[in-house]
Amino acid sequence: MNEIFGRLTIDAFKHDLIEASVGVSILIAGAVMTFLLTYYKRWTWLWKEWITTVDHKKIAIMYLIVSAAMLFKGVVDAGMMRAQQVLSVGDSFGYLGTEHYQQLFTAHGVAMIFFVAMGFVAAFINYFIPLQIGARDVAFPFVNALSFWFFVAGGMLLITSLMIGNYSGVGWVAYPPLSGIEYSPGVGVDYWIWSIQVSSVGTLLTGINFLVTILKMRCPGMSLMKMPMFVWSVVVTLILIIFAFPILTATTGMLTLDRVMEMHFFTSGFGGSPMMYVNLIWAWGHPEVYILILPIFGIFSEIVPIFSQKKLFGYVSMVVALIAIAFLAFVVWLHHFFTMGAGPNVNTFFGLMTMLISVPTGVKIFNWLFTMFRGKILFTTPMLWFLSFVFLFTIGGVSGVLMSVAPIDFQVHNSLFLVAHFHNVIIGGVVFGIFAGFTYWFPKMFGFKLEEKYGAFAVFFWVFGFLFAFIPLYILGLMGATRRLDHYEASTGWWPLFAVAAFGFVIISIGIGFQCLQLYVSYKNRKKNRDKTGDPWNGRTLEWSTSSPPPFYNFAHTPEVHDIDPFWVMKEKGLKEAKGNYEKIHMPKNTPHGFFIGVLSFLFGFAIVWYMWWLAIVSLIGIFVSLIVRFSDRDTEWYVPVEQIEQIESKRGK
Amino acid sequence: MGKEAFPDTHHSHSENTYLGFWIYLMTDLIMFATFFAVYGVVRNNTFGGPSAKDILDLSYGLVETLVLSTSSFVCALGLRAALTNQKQKMISLFGLTFLLGITFLTMVGFELTHIVQSGYSWEMSAFLSSYFTLMGTHAAHIVIGLIFMAVFVAQVGFWGLTDVTKKRMTTLSMFWFFSYIVWIFMYTIVYLIGAQ
Repeated sequence: MNEIFGRLTIDAFKHDLIEASVGVSILIAGAVMTFLLTYYKRWTWLWKEWITTVDHKKIAIMYLIVSAAMLFKGVVDAGMMRAQQVLSVGDSFGYLGTEHYQQLFTAHGVAMIFFVAMGFVAAFINYFIPLQIGARDVAFPFVNALSFWFFVAGGMLLITSLMIGNYSGVGWVAYPPLSGIEYSPGVGVDYWIWSIQVSSVGTLLTGINFLVTILKMRCPGMSLMKMPMFVWSVVVTLILIIFAFPILTATTGMLTLDRVMEMHFFTSGFGGSPMMYVNLIWAWGHPEVYILILPIFGIFSEIVPIFSQKKLFGYVSMVVALIAIAFLAFVVWLHHFFTMGAGPNVNTFFGLMTMLISVPTGVKIFNWLFTMFRGKILFTTPMLWFLSFVFLFTIGGVSGVLMSVAPIDFQVHNSLFLVAHFHNVIIGGVVFGIFAGFTYWFPKMFGFKLEEKYGAFAVFFWVFGFLFAFIPLYILGLMGATRRLDHYEASTGWWPLFAVAAFGFVIISIGIGFQCLQLYVSYKNRKKNRDKTGDPWNGRTLEWSTSSPPPFYNFAHTPEVHDIDPFWVMKEKGLKEAKGNYEKIHMPKNTPHGFFIGVLSFLFGFAIVWYMWWLAIVSLIGIFVSLIVRFSDRDTEWYVPVEQIEQIESKRGK
Repeated sequence: MGKEAFPDTHHSHSENTYLGFWIYLMTDLIMFATFFAVYGVVRNNTFGGPSAKDILDLSYGLVETLVLSTSSFVCALGLRAALTNQKQKMISLFGLTFLLGITFLTMVGFELTHIVQSGYSWEMSAFLSSYFTLMGTHAAHIVIGLIFMAVFVAQVGFWGLTDVTKKRMTTLSMFWFFSYIVWIFMYTIVYLIGAQ
């Protein structure tokens, strides 16, 4: 049996009640989906319209759906941890076992960073980069689909670990020697490795694909310094991805070799060096946090001018600030482990660089504020998210600069103070930015606007919920509470603050409730909220010049631009867009190979996790076969006939 | 940028591919750089086991280098034949490249097997782990290069030298040169420095 199933035995399916209930609910959800698809006879539709698609807009919607599902998982994890910390004090040990708790905080971090933040950002990049640069597609549409399916395969490995075996319990960056085979002999760390290894291949391909798209496929007249600021922020992000992700691939690769081949890169014996892993993982990990936040800066740079009805202040300084941040992002990684003891000189250098990085970030904040200055500000939901972002992100940034002073960091290293800091910048920055971008671009993606009222309620509850949930953590951190704590003594006096934090989680949940309600009510009133013009916000950039949602070829005529904010200038000058005289359009054809390779890479990861070597070999060969079949297909493109374009365009605005 | 230069015409497709492939090669280079950096950190961590000096044969490595550099040179000639529409010449030159690649791979195989059979496996020390990983990663690149060389040359055989097949032969050659250049670093950093 060992030859067939490796180390997978029936025990892998046995879980305690709480773990099992998660697995069962996933299975039920899957069964319900299967039933609905069969009942409404939607399988062919799903296959033809979505799974095999190479349309960057549909891929973006799929990213949104997967990320939203992972967000749900991440939030539930967070709630369970907060509940445990309230219940597990003194003689009471709460309702979660220690091992389960460890898996929770690991899975929470991995899901939120790799599959929620990266997923939503990938969705926005996919949908709006081609639209904003006036292109009809990306440079490599098939590779784009492939990236998405790698992302899904990675996510599925994370979800599978809930049902078969267990997930890693050693934190989201899995420091050795704890994550080595000696101290973590189970499958958890292997699931961690392969869930991020597979999805980060997708991220790397996205990086290459979109960088080529932006550099080569901008519409006539759009020089680099006329690109919308979101495009600029994405260019810089992609460069960070291209430099940082290969390091992650190599590092997790070496950890795999340590675990599976009994090598000694990061073991504590045989000449291995665990601290080398910590250096390598943060050489990727610190650029990674800028990979998350820079596109968000781009989104805000779109939103603030729109709702201040004014040009973005300091375009050139914004670009320079982005590039400066990207450069500095690679020379601050050591501030994650000042306590390693690299000596005062090294620590001081990295501390100074860390302080320095707040300067270009500050430039950006001030530029947004100056954009608002003397503007006619419309307090719509995206703008409310922006204002909350300025408030919370600045607090988070200041606490970060505080910790860049090495002696202070020695005091609060790995304490809840740190946890509060990075949630302050990630929730206050990345998550709020994602919500702002989602509300802002929702009418473009789905054709109707979201109800403003519920959005405002959601902002209110999120901001106050956040303050209740994380300000206590700053205080707890200063009182000495470490992170990843599943039990503490009553005599510490920490309980009231943990209770306040849990209360904060409840308030945030109400905010999430309002967001769900907002989606539901807006969908119900979608006829009333319909965006017929394609330009619901009085937009400035090219994505607003086409219909909502855009036709699959994006633009009937290739746009030509002369200024920053081309669509705004066009409206100012009273120019109308060209109609008629359509020419046939060259578009890529759908292909199932992205999906096949995604499934096979999932199997490949799963096989290595469980040591099923035959399956690993078979799926690897399958990946190559699928690629070769795809390369042998000579019929991958088609022309959209003029009649079809005329038909689609004539329906516009109705 | 004039209107003629706008995307979605056929000829600009290959330009995109070349740029994309250059960027991909750069990411691959960063991955190798990581492995080399790690090798640099742990190369003296032999933990009582053999050091580079004990297991590496400089002249054997030199022969490997010569085989791969000849292969790379023949590949360049093959690419020139492809771009000047000499189909038969291209196929035979790439055939030779392929054989030299196989020879290189076999030599690496023998070398690594010999080291393991001498009782020095990758489980012995951080240095050996790092050495085997570098060699293995490079060999994996050669294997992938050989697989796609076979596929793309077969495509030229069936379809002739079209824009698409020429583009593929070009990217394949870039990949082959890249693997060769990485080997030069390998020979310098692992063999030449290690043998001292």
